[in-house]
Amino acid sequence: MTVPAIELKGISKSFGPVQANKNISISVAPGTIHGIIGENGAGKSTLMSILYGFYKADAGEIRINGQKTEIPDSQAAIAAGIGMVFQHFKLVENFTVLENIVLGAEEGGLLAPSLARARKELKELEEEYELFVDPDKRIDEIGVGMQQRVEILKALYRKAEILILDEPTGVLTPAEADQLFRILHRLREEGKTIILITHKLREIMEATDTVSVMRRGEMTATVKTAETNPEQLAELMVGRKVLLRVDKVPASPGKPVLEIENLRVTDEAGVERVKGIDLTVRAGEIVGIAGVAGNGQSELLEVLGGMRPGTGTIRLNGDPLPLSGRGSDGQARRAQHIAHVPEDRQREGLIMDFHAWENVAFGYHRDPAYRRGIFMDNAALRADTERKIEKFDVRPADGWLAAKNFSGGNQQKIVVAREIERNPDLLLVGQPTRGVDIGAIEFIHKQIVALRDQGKAILLVSVELEEIFSLSDRIAVMFDGHIMGERLPHETDEKELGLLMAGVSGEAA
Amino acid sequence: MEFLTVIQILDSTIRLATPLLLACLAGLYSERAGIFDIGLEGKMLMSAFFSAAVAALTGSVWLGLLAGIASSLALAGLHGLASITFRGNQLISGVAVNFLAAGMTVLVAQDWFQQGGRTPSLFGQGRFESAEFPLAIGPKDSEATGRPVSELMAETNILHQVYSELFSGHSILVYVAFLAVPVTWWVLFRTRFGLRLRAVGENPAAVDTAGVSVVGLRYAAVAICGVLCGIAGAYLATALQAGFVKDMTAGRGFIALAALIFAKWRPWHAMGACLLFGLLQAVALRFQNIDLGGVVIPVQVMDALPYVLTVVILAGFVGKAIPPRAGGEPYVKER
Repeated sequence: MTVPAIELKGISKSFGPVQANKNISISVAPGTIHGIIGENGAGKSTLMSILYGFYKADAGEIRINGQKTEIPDSQAAIAAGIGMVFQHFKLVENFTVLENIVLGAEEGGLLAPSLARARKELKELEEEYELFVDPDKRIDEIGVGMQQRVEILKALYRKAEILILDEPTGVLTPAEADQLFRILHRLREEGKTIILITHKLREIMEATDTVSVMRRGEMTATVKTAETNPEQLAELMVGRKVLLRVDKVPASPGKPVLEIENLRVTDEAGVERVKGIDLTVRAGEIVGIAGVAGNGQSELLEVLGGMRPGTGTIRLNGDPLPLSGRGSDGQARRAQHIAHVPEDRQREGLIMDFHAWENVAFGYHRDPAYRRGIFMDNAALRADTERKIEKFDVRPADGWLAAKNFSGGNQQKIVVAREIERNPDLLLVGQPTRGVDIGAIEFIHKQIVALRDQGKAILLVSVELEEIFSLSDRIAVMFDGHIMGERLPHETDEKELGLLMAGVSGEAA
Repeated sequence: MEFLTVIQILDSTIRLATPLLLACLAGLYSERAGIFDIGLEGKMLMSAFFSAAVAALTGSVWLGLLAGIASSLALAGLHGLASITFRGNQLISGVAVNFLAAGMTVLVAQDWFQQGGRTPSLFGQGRFESAEFPLAIGPKDSEATGRPVSELMAETNILHQVYSELFSGHSILVYVAFLAVPVTWWVLFRTRFGLRLRAVGENPAAVDTAGVSVVGLRYAAVAICGVLCGIAGAYLATALQAGFVKDMTAGRGFIALAALIFAKWRPWHAMGACLLFGLLQAVALRFQNIDLGGVVIPVQVMDALPYVLTVVILAGFVGKAIPPRAGGEPYVKER
């Protein structure tokens, strides 16, 4: 039996009263891709931060290639041959790729020799692992996919034999993610050991050899990927049976609720982002907008939600709505019975430092139910929040907690509760489950479907094709500000949608 | 206007720009490393007092300079302790440094010298003398010929005038200040230390995960800032003037900050900005009451001009100045 590349024994770590890791043991064989899966907050990142010397474990020991190793700081981790690609990249934005790679691994006091050597070695690494980057481009000039490659190269430049990737696909398009997995397989072939942290079951099934499951700070199982399946892993993660497919009856669409004609939107920089689209959403149906991020979907949602002006015609239940000026702001839209779960809940949906009950008021703070004369009726608002927290199973069930202290899934539940409970005619939903764990995804999907079944119209924008497929009754694909075509989910597949998303027109596809 | 007058204004521009430049470069190191420092003023003032006091007591300007640097470093250490180790608010810490210096200098000066919060006037070895270049016209020629320098100057050619006035005849600290510009540029952009320093002001997490100490780098930057502010203060009290008086920095630390923003945190541009502000001060000094055909512009207007123009330049001509991204933010480890 080979010596494990990494062996953790009895690792425990607490942050105040919260025990993030409880007595965790794990053994990773060299030359394999080992997945660690768990919901947000299960302790995956904490465990890896301990391995990289970012945190110090309260108890337990680390063995690298059989040797007991102390890792008090990142320097020690690098010396032990461990490289880490964090979820949020640790790059200096206005430095070049090359400067970022040498930072901290320079040779001497002067820069020039270090940069020259790095340039040479980078070329070798690029050829060896097919990791292509332009060494002289600044980080803020390159896309996230390439930034991630820079992070991987940083680790390889420091002679890492063990590579940890924390939620590496969160910021990538599906094509970029596929490319990443090809790179990881290539690294495995070259004998590197890789730890892949994720909460996406698909990635575990596709990319890993072995998978460990974490739940609430504990390691619940380690299994061979080939011997398990997504349903079993989901159950191990959440601790109960999880429905991965959304359970819904066929839609029975009624009269048109939202009618869009020749809608155009120009952004702050003067670039036209939505180029004359027509779309109808009827009562009792969910229309999903698929597309690679940045093709005008966000702007479409923002115009409908009253966050930016546009031109053209939109009608709600037959009545035209203003697209700019009076009556076109978010407040007016809500009065017009349009509810909006925005794409970026942390910036547009919530104020992170405010209490949950304050967040529940936003957009509806002029509601007479929350007012007493010129004052807010905070007691009524808090009582209302209590009801919503209970109904939407927000955890922890504490309205006094600041929004930032909830997990991503529970933050989203607060936003969804606020919007859905207003009984809108039209619900706009952007990326409802981005950064949300499996249990909460299931819950939020159920709520959206339930609203549809009450005969409401729902417009969904998501970059997750899986989500589009499982929720939508009709799918429209956006590319470069145009709607490339509409499809029914049971009459199309990922391949056809993928072509539409890439701009290959409906007829050709 | 006579050419000699222009040269004399430029000469005084250099003298007046020197403390600004030293303080500006001091701020540049600190802010490039992510530590905002509005305490440049206080550090300069503290150094001005201690350098003048020690020079007056010992008769040695070099001991004075050392004392000035040491006192400025002590305040820099305080700012570092508050904003790096204890992750406090850097603006508040800077304000505290300024108040501490303003109060303490006068208090200690009164206790030591009983001259109403000043130090005795410095003379001889207690002051930085002007370095005289070979062949330049200076006080020695004046002594030898028995005629004033200005007369000798007027008789010679333009090149000789420029050489004698602009290049020769400054205190050594002036040359130090202007030499510090290329040195700073080289350190920032050509050395490992500079790369790390700039990185820690942009994204300390990148430095930390690369296995380099964020705290160490930031303390180093703050210390360099302290040394340069110390030289700036010593220059004020022992070279530009002959002794310490209350509040003698007169907002120079803040003008240096303005110059730093104007220069967008780049060393060569910082020199340009400081020369511009120095020029404004020199013009204000030279032309006190200006008579514009019956309307006399009072001296107070001229004295206020550099400060007014600082505001105008900052508000109108800087354009988008993007400070180091992690500036003002204490570094806390997070995933």
